[in-house]
Amino acid sequence: MVMYWVALLAISILIYLLLDGFDLGVGMLFGVAGDEAKRNAMLGTVAPVWDGNETWLIVTGVIMWGSFPVVYAMVMSAFYIPVVVMLLGLILRGVAFEFRGKAFRSRWIWDVSFVAGSFAASFMQGAMVGALVEGLQFSNGDYTGGTLGWLTAFSALCGIGLCFGYALLGACWLVRKSDGPVRDDARRQIPPLAIGVLVFLVAVFAYALAEHLPILQRWTDRPYLFVFPAIGAGAAAVLAKSILRHDDYWPFHMVAMIFVAAFATLALSFWPYMIPFVVTIDEAAAPHASLAFMFWGAGLFVFPLMLLYVAVGYRVFRGKANPAADHY
Amino acid sequence: MDPTALLLSRLQFAFTISFHIIFPAFTIGLAAWLTVLEAMHQYSGKPVYRTLFEFWLKIFGVAFGMGVVSGVVMAFQFGTNWSVLSKMSGPIQGPLLSYETFTAFMLEAGFFGILIFGRPRVPPWFYLFSTAMVALGTTLSAFWIMVNNSWMQVPTGYVLQNGQFVPDDWGQIIFNRVVWVRFPHMLLASYLTGAFCVAATGAWYLLRRTYRAEAHVMLRMGLALAAMVLPVQLFIGHLVGDYVHDYQPAKFAAIEARWHDEQPASEVLIAIPDSSTESNKYAISIPVLGSIIGSMSFTSKEVGLTSFASQDRPPVAVPFFAFRIMVGCGFVMLGLAWFGSWLGLKHRLERSRLLLWGIFLSFPLPWIAILTGWYTAEVGRQPWTVYGVLRTADAVTPFLTASAAMTSLILFVAVYAFIFSFGTYYIYRLLRAGPAGLGGKPLDVPVPNRPMSLADRMPAARSHLEAGE
Ligand code: HDD
Ligand code: HEM
Ligand code: HEM
Repeated sequence: MVMYWVALLAISILIYLLLDGFDLGVGMLFGVAGDEAKRNAMLGTVAPVWDGNETWLIVTGVIMWGSFPVVYAMVMSAFYIPVVVMLLGLILRGVAFEFRGKAFRSRWIWDVSFVAGSFAASFMQGAMVGALVEGLQFSNGDYTGGTLGWLTAFSALCGIGLCFGYALLGACWLVRKSDGPVRDDARRQIPPLAIGVLVFLVAVFAYALAEHLPILQRWTDRPYLFVFPAIGAGAAAVLAKSILRHDDYWPFHMVAMIFVAAFATLALSFWPYMIPFVVTIDEAAAPHASLAFMFWGAGLFVFPLMLLYVAVGYRVFRGKANPAADHY
Repeated sequence: MDPTALLLSRLQFAFTISFHIIFPAFTIGLAAWLTVLEAMHQYSGKPVYRTLFEFWLKIFGVAFGMGVVSGVVMAFQFGTNWSVLSKMSGPIQGPLLSYETFTAFMLEAGFFGILIFGRPRVPPWFYLFSTAMVALGTTLSAFWIMVNNSWMQVPTGYVLQNGQFVPDDWGQIIFNRVVWVRFPHMLLASYLTGAFCVAATGAWYLLRRTYRAEAHVMLRMGLALAAMVLPVQLFIGHLVGDYVHDYQPAKFAAIEARWHDEQPASEVLIAIPDSSTESNKYAISIPVLGSIIGSMSFTSKEVGLTSFASQDRPPVAVPFFAFRIMVGCGFVMLGLAWFGSWLGLKHRLERSRLLLWGIFLSFPLPWIAILTGWYTAEVGRQPWTVYGVLRTADAVTPFLTASAAMTSLILFVAVYAFIFSFGTYYIYRLLRAGPAGLGGKPLDVPVPNRPMSLADRMPAARSHLEAGE
């Protein structure tokens, strides 16, 4: 039972990263889009799906609350400021979707909120992951690191890294879903973004070595973990090739693969901790009665249905988006 | 006195959820109405239903978007500000919120995109199905959240183990009598919100003498629904009061502003409760009625607030006045809906401009009733977060600093005020422009049977489908 919910939690986080990742990425690239036509086209590629994408964040949150209440309580309260800023970012970018099309003179406000909100949310997510990797201070289950304890050079680096990562994913999504100038712009943006991600990965690794982060030990203990970075590297090679060949379809899938590899690497190096070196999965698990109740309905039957809605949604809006057709 | 993190967290929760509930209250009703409109259009083929559908869909989109983003905040606020509560009640509230997310939010979110953008891309039956799924999603969402909140009001089906509420009877948690009166109360409240907004818009157009055909349909449908729902709602309200009387006597006493035990009890209609003297000023009360309302008897003894230790008493003024405002709104709406429907049946509604004005101006009433109803329920439950077991003061995140809580509160107020003013302004503009002026652009063709923007995008979409796939 516990393992089932760990798996579902991992799957939900991954789906969230990939789906909201690309639309947050599009949000950030929106800032450098030259003109109104391009902006409309960019928005058109995500407008029908962003709400569903963001719902995966809630799925992640509630699985965590229901199955691992201790972790939910500890992490959310320790990350008070970053969670609040992330939520405000998501609010500002979320309403921009609806408001932009209804505004005349005030449209620029929503353009700014869309970009700034996407940046804030992405940065905070990366920073929180970074702070978890580096280690937060707890004593007796209470966070003792202070209001700004999560903010370090390392977590800020991770925040910037995730912005690059999402933007890369977003650019690949645009290549896949749009045509003409928007696609060409996005294709030009991919190489610098990819290099940015690479630089970030190297920097993180160097930092971890220099600071002797405890998490590194996992790696010397478990050499088989290197499979995942290897997969990531392979995907990066295919990505480079597909860009050179001006292919529209593969880049997105390859970047997604890199995300999967990075996520698996991270998750396995946390194992068996949920909050590294503070709380293990078994310590955090909710009582059996809760896990079983969630399993026999939501887990077993509704989860597959949810995947089905997502699939239906993406199927209805498959192919290149057509801004003229889909904007209302 | 400097505000504490506890006080600030309470203010923040109250502020953000009050903001949030404004939108669900509206979208739950509207989603159901859109489903009816689409079904009627597909069945009868009358263009007016389609025009109305497209018109309200825009407004639905804006309100839904604001409901979603403000709801995301709620789901995380339990962890950020109420970490002790989340740790203790996670095994119960977490799974309930998971069910809400899995069965309701995902359903809404999945089909919302199709509802807004998908008409040209899917067959009509599937479009109707998507509309119905969004409506179902909003209803299920209301159900699960009411289960959740009802468990906090009247915790049952659990045992306390190692500082956690461990569920031992889910049937009891979900299918208890408290849920099954509070959920209908909330659901009907949302339908009333939808009904009054639609009717008020109809009245407004008639007053401005525009869109007569649409206005008639809106006014008729809105008033008829309200006229039927209101008596049921008032009756369910009575049943809700019964549960409070049985399970939360202190809240009941606060609602009634009854300071001392009385037998038989009188009913205070209106007064100014004064907690320093533990009595009411300027009270107008009716003898014996208190016993009748509380226990359906002429002789029953009803408990007063002074029977509870002072640290277990809720504040009195808020539940007392909030409850009266809710009930008052209910009766005013009943009067408007019945009188309006009656005049409508006699075809005199359009001529009585006074009543039209009344209906037009009544659109805030359901919202006021909903907010004051929640204030009654939530403030009346103090000082408990989980009634009788976990105090609000013990539920708050222990290490949260007042400055962090103040920062977040200020940010929320600023951002919400900002998006709320623009959001209501855009909705107002859509309403003002009316069914023909979709998107604020005036239309040069007289009331089309298919709205302009849709007519615009149809050919493009078709060519896209041919070319794209
Ligand atoms: C599932 C749980 C839940 C639900 C559905 C609601 N609330 Fe609530 N409410 C809480 C759970 C809660 C809480 C977390 O338990 C709070 C915070 C502190 C407390 O005692 O209860 C609370 C406090 C709280 C307060 C402050 C009371 C005080 O501290 O004096 C207000 C005014 C409201 N709520 C209003 C609402 C409104 C308008 C709701 C309508 C949607 C609502 N609540 C739904
Ligand atoms: C503390 C309580 C609440 C929490 C934690 C909460 C949580 C949420 C969340 C996370 C969302 C976004 C879902 C999405 O992405 O689609 C949402 C939206 C929604 N909530 Fe709440 N909510 C609360 C109170 C309520 C209440 C009391 C109701 C109704 C009775 C309600 C009804 C809805 C509906 C219908 C939506 C869909 C959005 C909309 O229609 O505007 N919620 N809520
Ligand atoms: C005679 C009329 C009414 C009575 C006697 C009544 C009774 C009550 C009572 C006693 C509560 C507090 C429940 C609690 O503490 O949990 C309540 C809550 C509430 N009421 Fe009413 N009510 C009436 C009319 C209305 C109307 C007309 C509306 C809305 C249009 C409404 C909406 C609500 C809401 C949203 C709540 C909070 C949710 C809940 O606690 O169930 N009520 N009502």
